[in-house]
Amino acid sequence: MNDRPSQRVFDLLSLTVGLTILLHASHLRWWLTLPLWALLGLRWYGFRHHRPFPRLLKLALLLVLPLLVIGYYGNLFGRLPGSALACGLLVLKLLETERARDVRAAIVFAAFTLMSALLFGQQLWLTVLVVLALLPALATLVTLQAGSTNLALRQSLLTPTWLILASVPFALLAFVLIPRLSSPLWGAPGADTARTGISDTMTPGNIATLLVNDSPAFRVSFDGPVPPRAQRYFRAVTLKYFNGRTWYIARPKPARTMSRPKAQKLLTKGPVLGCQITLMPTRQHLLPALDMPLKPVPGIRFSFSRTLWRSKIVGSLFRYRLNSNPEYRLGTHLSRRETRTYLQLPAGFDPRARALAESWRQAAGQRSWAIVQDALRMYHDDGFRYTLLPPPLGRNSIDDFLFNTRAGFCEHYASSFTFLMRAAGVPARVVGGYQGGFYNRLGRYLLVRQSDAHAWSEVWISGRGWIRVDPTAAVQPQRISLGAGVANAGTDAWYQALWLRDLRNRIDIVNRAWDQAVVGFNALRQKSLLTNFGVDPGNWLSIATALGSSIAVLFGLGLWWSLYETAEGDRLSRAYRKLARRLRRLGFQRNDAEDPAAFLDRVAHQLDPSAARHLQQLSRQYRKLRYASIQAPSSLAIRNWQRDARKFRPGSVVK
Amino acid sequence: MSGSALRSLTPANGLRRLLKRHPALLRRRQSEPLPVILDRRRIYILPTGFGLVFAAILLVMLIGALNYNNNAALLLTTLLGATTAQSMYGAFRNLKGLRLLSIRAQPVEAGQRLVLGLHLQGSGRARIGLSVRSSPGTTQNFSVLPEAHDDIEYTLPTERRGWLDIPSLNIETRWPFGLFRAWSWMHPAARALVYPCAERTGPDPDPIADEANNAPKPLDEDDDFAGLRDYRPGDPPRRIAWKSSAKREQPVVRLLLSRDEQQPWRLDWQAIHGLDTEMRIRRLTRWVREADATGRQWELRLPEQTLGPDQGPAHLHACLQALALLP
Repeated sequence: MNDRPSQRVFDLLSLTVGLTILLHASHLRWWLTLPLWALLGLRWYGFRHHRPFPRLLKLALLLVLPLLVIGYYGNLFGRLPGSALACGLLVLKLLETERARDVRAAIVFAAFTLMSALLFGQQLWLTVLVVLALLPALATLVTLQAGSTNLALRQSLLTPTWLILASVPFALLAFVLIPRLSSPLWGAPGADTARTGISDTMTPGNIATLLVNDSPAFRVSFDGPVPPRAQRYFRAVTLKYFNGRTWYIARPKPARTMSRPKAQKLLTKGPVLGCQITLMPTRQHLLPALDMPLKPVPGIRFSFSRTLWRSKIVGSLFRYRLNSNPEYRLGTHLSRRETRTYLQLPAGFDPRARALAESWRQAAGQRSWAIVQDALRMYHDDGFRYTLLPPPLGRNSIDDFLFNTRAGFCEHYASSFTFLMRAAGVPARVVGGYQGGFYNRLGRYLLVRQSDAHAWSEVWISGRGWIRVDPTAAVQPQRISLGAGVANAGTDAWYQALWLRDLRNRIDIVNRAWDQAVVGFNALRQKSLLTNFGVDPGNWLSIATALGSSIAVLFGLGLWWSLYETAEGDRLSRAYRKLARRLRRLGFQRNDAEDPAAFLDRVAHQLDPSAARHLQQLSRQYRKLRYASIQAPSSLAIRNWQRDARKFRPGSVVK
Repeated sequence: MSGSALRSLTPANGLRRLLKRHPALLRRRQSEPLPVILDRRRIYILPTGFGLVFAAILLVMLIGALNYNNNAALLLTTLLGATTAQSMYGAFRNLKGLRLLSIRAQPVEAGQRLVLGLHLQGSGRARIGLSVRSSPGTTQNFSVLPEAHDDIEYTLPTERRGWLDIPSLNIETRWPFGLFRAWSWMHPAARALVYPCAERTGPDPDPIADEANNAPKPLDEDDDFAGLRDYRPGDPPRRIAWKSSAKREQPVVRLLLSRDEQQPWRLDWQAIHGLDTEMRIRRLTRWVREADATGRQWELRLPEQTLGPDQGPAHLHACLQALALLP
């Protein structure tokens, strides 16, 4: 028996594997994905022309692949090296696929690799793509099963499509009821994944990768009215130590002291703004908060500068409530030690900037606010340019930026401004966070993307406390008034075009629903949902009963479907069969040789007169409907017959 | 009343009734008249080895998704699991309602492959990826499509002449994904005729011995030379063409066009001596075939009946059937 899979099977299998690699391409290196695709194409061509892949080359590839993965990632385990290895092995499996058995093995492995693509991101579009990629995988099996029967491509795709659609309720039920693990069985999930979002250091230039990242950072729903765009500053981190190149949260200390300074005192005025923030996983401790947060939430503590710090890293979707007040006075008193901290500057860097600041200080004296005004005026008037592609800076980065390049984005401005303030004797710090966002009216929430990341400064004015100053606004007011998208226009890739971004902002409501309903469905939400349905989540028996009974119901539905047979024949035949079934219950069985009407006549002889008359009438009419005319009987006539048949009462049977 | 009710509830009775309702519980061996319909009570279903491997992979995916606390992956796993589990119904439905309406068979000689034409009908639905198997016999893959009316050809090996009972047919499907195997048995009450196998070589039949003209005629004088053929054991030595044979490795004999070429042959069971029953049948079979091939009339005399003289396919079939069914 020829066991070689047909060309169609191999086409579909190649498509499945190609799609699988595509879905992994975003986190694999190009030097792995491109050769894998090339190898796949080569193999596809070879199968078409019945040329087996050279055995020696196959063996060599099998040796090279793990070496390559180990060489680059350091080991074979973990998500990244694992997915690289899986994609490679999948293609290698195809090289030796010559029999139906190999096809099945490849499909099982492809299904597993497809699922692992979701370990790198749980976005709706990715999940939909993965489900779509299951279609060619299942179609491969269908086509393989059809054997020599030439199945239309449409049919081999339709069969799994229907099955997938039919199994959605079952899948949802299992999804809701399968108990979630409260702690992972092995490993620290995600330890090998890069952290995203605002980080706790800042080197001018390194936020640029974030600014072109359009993925959502968090979503905010407000209790009251939405604050105007110029007030939407979300603080995530304050940076106070500068080493000439990079800003840090604090001075690196040899032994970390465990002293936690209490948050500075806050005085507020005006209405309080309540909001709920749903943060995408960042793998960091930082939580963005609308300027200026009031009360710490349990499990979250305030730093000295009132930024939020969660003790566990945010490894999955995290939701928290906050009360903020845009009008505030923070830290009206600053101790000498703190003053020294916020005036820290590295020695031996940027002499020109220091000289400039010194000149401002001498002109303004103790009036700190005047110095701030001087600096902002300089940014506004002296030909500074906002761009996401600034020229590189030298060792004296602040000098270089202020006097030579004069082109950069928020980090450059916040960094140089803070430097100038400190040089002029005004305590200052850099603040990293997000600014702006898109308000979705339909979903009534604010969407803040990674590209809305922003850096600004806070200066301390005696008697007034910390004041937010955004030097970027002096250079590029649209960044604040219209958002990052407008400010970055021109340096964006085509897919970040403004209209497209706008469209994506609007359909983000779907992503939000996905994140809330699926991605964020954790053990806690499962518990509350199950309790609503009277299932006790702590009780295994209760969960098992719920799972078992609902599976039984769905299984029964499936059984009903598989037993259900569309009735054969036309409407008249069906009506006749119904009548015949009733007669059979009385003990009358139609012989094979009897025509339907003759059977009714025979039965009529054994019934009492009125019933017999009725049945004879039915028999006569049946003959008329069937044989009197060459045309098909009218539906009205059939319906009449059906009604008469239903009215038939056999009465007593005379045997 | 209550007594009879009680009696009918004895375990043996209950078992009997259960088996009557569900014949699939026992591998029912007694044959059934055509058409054979596969109803739900006689369809078995079990996961295949591939199905078990797939289930194991699903379990790995499930644990992985739970461990990484990844709900998208979990949803995908449940979706894939549900889809593949549902494919069980697909396999079941693929068999349910399948009917074997008729079996067609052309008689063949014993030892040749008998080709059965199975007329299967799928009550309107397409049934793809089925296979039929029997013991003895081969495995044949097929599909039943509503628009196609071709019979499914299934070959059986034959060994002996006579009636061949169609063996129990195992109808199987792994549609749609190969994860579940649904199968059922058909025991059609049908049989096919297997003709006896003709002897390969042997002497020609004696010419009709006329009662009046009993003496064998000298062949060479009246007959015309028609060609040469290889020597067969039993050929009279005087027919050997010695001159021509000397040039070859095999002796050859002269073929003669007899004057009585178109005379009917009388093929008589009793006239064959020194052979056992099977060999006699095989020789008669060869003669019948040769007579049919040369287009002459022949008469077959068997111990209990005499057929002919006649000619043509119907006569041929009647003779071969009679030979096939000799005890």
